[in-house]
Amino acid sequence: MESGILTGIVAVPSFAALIILFLKKDQKQEARVIAAAATLVSLLLSAFVFFSYNVDEANAVNAANRTDAQGDLYFAFEDDITWIEELGISYHVGVDGVSAAMILLTGLASFAGVLISWRIDDRPREFMAFFLLLVVGVYGVFVSVDMFLLFFFYELAIFPMYFLIAGWGWVELREYAAMKLTLYILVGSIVALVGFLAMYFQAAEVNGFYSFDFQDLYHAAKSGAFDDPGYLGIDGLTLARFWFPSVFIGMAVLAGLFPFHNWSPDGHVAAPTAVSMIHAGVLMKLGAFAAMRLGIQLLPDGARVHLPWIVFLALTNIVWGAFIAFRQRDFKYVIGFSSVSHMGLVSLGMATMNITGLTGAGLQMFSHGVMTALFFTCVGLVYEQAHTRDLPSLGGFIYKMPLVGLAFILGGLVSMGMPGLSGFIAEFPILIGVWRGVPEGVAAATQGDVPYLLQNAISTSSNGSYYTYIVIFAVLGIILTAAYVLRVVGQVFFGEFNEERFPGVKDISVLDRIAILSLMVWLVLLGIFPSMMSDVIESGMQPVVDLLSTRFGG
Amino acid sequence: MDFNPLDPNYLPWLIPVPPLISFALIVLFVGRSKFWSHILALTAVIISWVISWGVYLQVAYGIENFGAAVYGNSIDWLDLGETTFKMGVVVDPLTAIMLFMVPLAILMIFIYSIGYMNAYPEDDAHQKRSARFFAYLSLFAGAMLTLVVADNLLLLFVGWEVMGLCSYLLIGFLIEKKSANQAAVKAFMTTRVADVLMLVGIGYLYAMTGTLNFREIMYVNHGEMLEMLAEADAPLFGMSAAALIGILLVMGTVGKSSQFPLHVWLPDAMEGPTPVSAMIHAAAMVSAGVYMIIRMYPLLSAGGNPHAGDYTEPLMLMGVVGSFTALFAAVLGVGQDDVKRVLAYSTISQLGFMVAALGIGAYVAAAFHLITHAFFKALLFMSSGAVIHAMEHGEHHAHGHDAHGHDDHGHHELPHGAYGQLHAFEGEEIPEWNTTMVPDGIVLDYVADPNNVRYMGGLLNRIPITALAFAAGGLSLAGFPLVTAGFWSKDEILADALLVGLGDGNFYWLHVLVFVSLIIAATFTAFYTGRLWLMTFWGRPRSAAAEHATLMAGGVDDHKLAEVPYYLRWQKVLRDDEYVDDHLKGKSQLQKFFAVYRDSFPMQLPLVILSFFAIFAGFVGIHPDFWFLKIFTGENNYFKNFLAPTIVESIEVPDFSIVPVLFSFAAALGGLTAAWFVYGAQPIKAGQKDPVHNLIGDSAWAALQNRFYLDTLFLRAFYVPFEWFGRVVTYRWIDKETIDELLFMFADGAVWIGEAIKRLNYVVIDGVGDGIPRLIGMFGGWFRNIQSGRVQQYMLFVAAAALMLGTLLVALAL
Repeated sequence: MESGILTGIVAVPSFAALIILFLKKDQKQEARVIAAAATLVSLLLSAFVFFSYNVDEANAVNAANRTDAQGDLYFAFEDDITWIEELGISYHVGVDGVSAAMILLTGLASFAGVLISWRIDDRPREFMAFFLLLVVGVYGVFVSVDMFLLFFFYELAIFPMYFLIAGWGWVELREYAAMKLTLYILVGSIVALVGFLAMYFQAAEVNGFYSFDFQDLYHAAKSGAFDDPGYLGIDGLTLARFWFPSVFIGMAVLAGLFPFHNWSPDGHVAAPTAVSMIHAGVLMKLGAFAAMRLGIQLLPDGARVHLPWIVFLALTNIVWGAFIAFRQRDFKYVIGFSSVSHMGLVSLGMATMNITGLTGAGLQMFSHGVMTALFFTCVGLVYEQAHTRDLPSLGGFIYKMPLVGLAFILGGLVSMGMPGLSGFIAEFPILIGVWRGVPEGVAAATQGDVPYLLQNAISTSSNGSYYTYIVIFAVLGIILTAAYVLRVVGQVFFGEFNEERFPGVKDISVLDRIAILSLMVWLVLLGIFPSMMSDVIESGMQPVVDLLSTRFGG
Repeated sequence: MDFNPLDPNYLPWLIPVPPLISFALIVLFVGRSKFWSHILALTAVIISWVISWGVYLQVAYGIENFGAAVYGNSIDWLDLGETTFKMGVVVDPLTAIMLFMVPLAILMIFIYSIGYMNAYPEDDAHQKRSARFFAYLSLFAGAMLTLVVADNLLLLFVGWEVMGLCSYLLIGFLIEKKSANQAAVKAFMTTRVADVLMLVGIGYLYAMTGTLNFREIMYVNHGEMLEMLAEADAPLFGMSAAALIGILLVMGTVGKSSQFPLHVWLPDAMEGPTPVSAMIHAAAMVSAGVYMIIRMYPLLSAGGNPHAGDYTEPLMLMGVVGSFTALFAAVLGVGQDDVKRVLAYSTISQLGFMVAALGIGAYVAAAFHLITHAFFKALLFMSSGAVIHAMEHGEHHAHGHDAHGHDDHGHHELPHGAYGQLHAFEGEEIPEWNTTMVPDGIVLDYVADPNNVRYMGGLLNRIPITALAFAAGGLSLAGFPLVTAGFWSKDEILADALLVGLGDGNFYWLHVLVFVSLIIAATFTAFYTGRLWLMTFWGRPRSAAAEHATLMAGGVDDHKLAEVPYYLRWQKVLRDDEYVDDHLKGKSQLQKFFAVYRDSFPMQLPLVILSFFAIFAGFVGIHPDFWFLKIFTGENNYFKNFLAPTIVESIEVPDFSIVPVLFSFAAALGGLTAAWFVYGAQPIKAGQKDPVHNLIGDSAWAALQNRFYLDTLFLRAFYVPFEWFGRVVTYRWIDKETIDELLFMFADGAVWIGEAIKRLNYVVIDGVGDGIPRLIGMFGGWFRNIQSGRVQQYMLFVAAAALMLGTLLVALAL
């Protein structure tokens, strides 16, 4: 199906960025309008893609794939143009269930981000151009079916990030944070790239031709190309087992995986509001998404061996981030560390390797993306007028900005997993997934392959799995989340407003309202009608689980 | 599928919807309009109530074999991988009973709230935020009704959590008041800890069974799934899966229904406006906790048979925790002076009765007590709200806002000074009352705290309807024999515990424990209830506020009315213009009536209606063999017959015996008599510290000589130890100093760990993260020296490198 829609989603912001660069220096308003229009068009197109995504068709293809060794994965709205034939690189874009949800998230966060940045008066032209470039990179990663393209867009997303933070960020921290962020992510992606190239060459040996196309790599994975023992001359070592940590963790650096998470709170705090929104809302999902795509989906043998210990990193993320968020004095750092904590849930869901947990991880990616974008919007709006983020000196802002207060409370409820909102329908499947544990067949096949300490713990029945204990510690994070959210709500929005300290605080503008409401709607809607997204995401996660079970038994 | 909105299969969906819609409408469109928020909220609740009772009547009289057949339907909601989660509603007998009680209680609370909120002065925060109050209250009601009609644990949990949120918002309703915010956070966090454990239990249950539907788990195939759960081993502590799930669920109830040791949030929850207390204590929040364990009872008892002394772990937990809580809180109730605090401890205690009853398998009795308790506790809280308002009005009348600073009343005996500081202004934190600050024998002009029963007394004449309603609720709480609802439901629990536990030569330890604790608790309950009523309404007023207490609204000149007997005042107000302010003069009687009774009518109407239920609701659950029932109806135990088909297991009620009834008689009458002798026969006077102090020294001897021997005996035998134990041991030592301290310790610990992790994060992990670039930078700095720009040096390096490389190649080749 050649449709061009996805190409449009990527192309519109690129052209808009180009046009903005040709504007005159004082054409500030024009730059803003162009950026808003471009992100709106992309948002509408991605909403169209999401809502017209055919779940039944995807499920049919998935079902066929379970038996057919040569079957292709389901991608909708594909465009495929050969680019560099010798290396097997092509311009191949398409969406599966997960990326369909992710581009919708990107659309929402980027449109809201432009609206929130309306008041930026310092070089808005350059800001908007960089911002659009960032958006292009993010969209690109989600729609890439060709993995070369994926890496290309991945790096494209990081590069404007540096300039946005260093140029428009919080003066005291911006250069340090921008450099830190760029280095962490670049190093991570290069480590991942090395592992990926090993896969690329191995797949070429099996397939007989070089290809970066995900379909071809998938076929290779399905035929067991990455699972041959004796890799590097070591018995029992396979390519998958050797390279999985570098691919998965290299990408998961961007998802804030412990102990590589520290770039993110600093980066969030230093970045201007819109960039924080994209950064925490979408960019971190990009890491999780790529880790899932390249790591779990292509290297099932590596996943089943390594995820049982990576799950502890995820757990540490959840509790660690929540504890630190609980003790921060800086409003924005609280949110920054809360992102670390919540992204741990995504990794945790992925580490279950069952469909429930993976679907939950996907839902959490979307829910957390919208929620944290909303959080940063609120923080930005309060900071813009209060000029301080010191929690104890704030207070009573709900009187001055009722909608911001309401939005923050809603976001807080989502983050603490209040039923009826999107956070709960994401956390609950993850919880169930962890209780169910690693699929029995996978766990049975894994006996003897996992590190010595875990060998007895990961038993064949889900009952005996140590994943059960992980649930018990993970809920500690949920309790702490409630604590820090209530603390922030109480200190920033409730209590008495200090007129002398904060004179002339006004309510927010219409554009801010639109931005806030466009995000809030999703949190409620998804909480009440989760099946509109869970089905889509599940159809995208199904092949991951299927490959695991066809290789290692259900 | 045809959708017929009047089909009882679909009607339950509609029950929670109107309050939720009114919540949305008020939040989105009403703004601050008092009028529209009242109209919307009330209309919505009335619609819910009508539908609920319609459904109740339909299922109670219109369906054959109800229980095996139920109403309900469900929709696909969330795809969870291998299984699809269905969201739905169900009306089975238990739901039907809840549908009888909950909407009625909620409706009464809403009507009452209108009067209650209006009774505040115009510029008060309560008045200004009335719209928001009704929005929250509507959401609260919607959540509770959702919970009641839910057909699965997850939807129940949705309502459960939303109620937690509403309680947070409503307890902290006065957001600028720090103590309110603290109480709100305390309530939310305490219940939250329990909720999360419950969620883990729900997750485990779902992972084991693939469903959370009540009927599928506990009814279909005669509970086949329960057997599976009872036999499966849980990963923790060597329990069965059913037991672990059960314990986790019971933990949820321990938090929500404020059982020991998570009960600490409930007494503080009275920071919220009084209708909120009624909502939390009676209609919604805490009832939800007990409702959930009644609902899940077959799971909790899976693998055991409490009627044969074979207890499962969750049942033991419930029995022990419930009976301890019941006793503990009842003792505590004796030592409290705040009218709402006494009631709060009584709620905790009564919930303990229910939890303990369920622990010994008294399924019907627990449900029965839940219903009767909701009625009389809602009644008691709303009455106490009326009392507090009357006291505030009285204070207002006695002084007026302008009266501060000049002595316009003859009976002022003290200048404004130290006591004046005690006066609580709106929004100001009320200082904790310290009895030692008031010397004996002084008439207090100031109400330090309108909730404090020490400043009340004699309100019977001033607010007679409230006083009688309070008496009806109080007698029901105390379990006054034969004529109150509380007696029958409490008696049923005690009978079950005694007859099963010790009947037929058995000795089942949990039954005996429950019986002994509860019979003592019941005695205490009767005592503190009597004390509360007598302190509030009996004797003479102990403060100017109580002297002038009234529920009449604005426009009435209280000072001129001072000489008129209380029961004639309203006639004077209506007929004689000299008693009313200028703006009421010459108005018609009707207009005057509305002006004067604007607040008291909506406040007292619900009291009258609920009094009826507090008295008569008990007659539906009397044991069929008891002669008393035959006088009235001659029918069988309606409540039991109606409820029993909810679960597959047949419910056994022990044969009738007079022994437990006599115990109930003794407990209720003993406690009430004791209270009468301590507080009623000789009401305490203003400024008197408390009756205990009369005993010490001469007065005790004098009392003995003046044939007050019995009085003194009761004091010595009951009151002194009660009071000491209640005030010192349970409240101060255990509640405040042990549990609260422990909580603080945990909080401090968490703070400390957080701080430590934060440091660790910055020092170790960031140290490595920043250290590597720094090392690279250092290396680069050193390396820069090499690039000196001198060609000779470069050549030297190149030559050296070539030499080394050449050596290496040669070495390799060899």
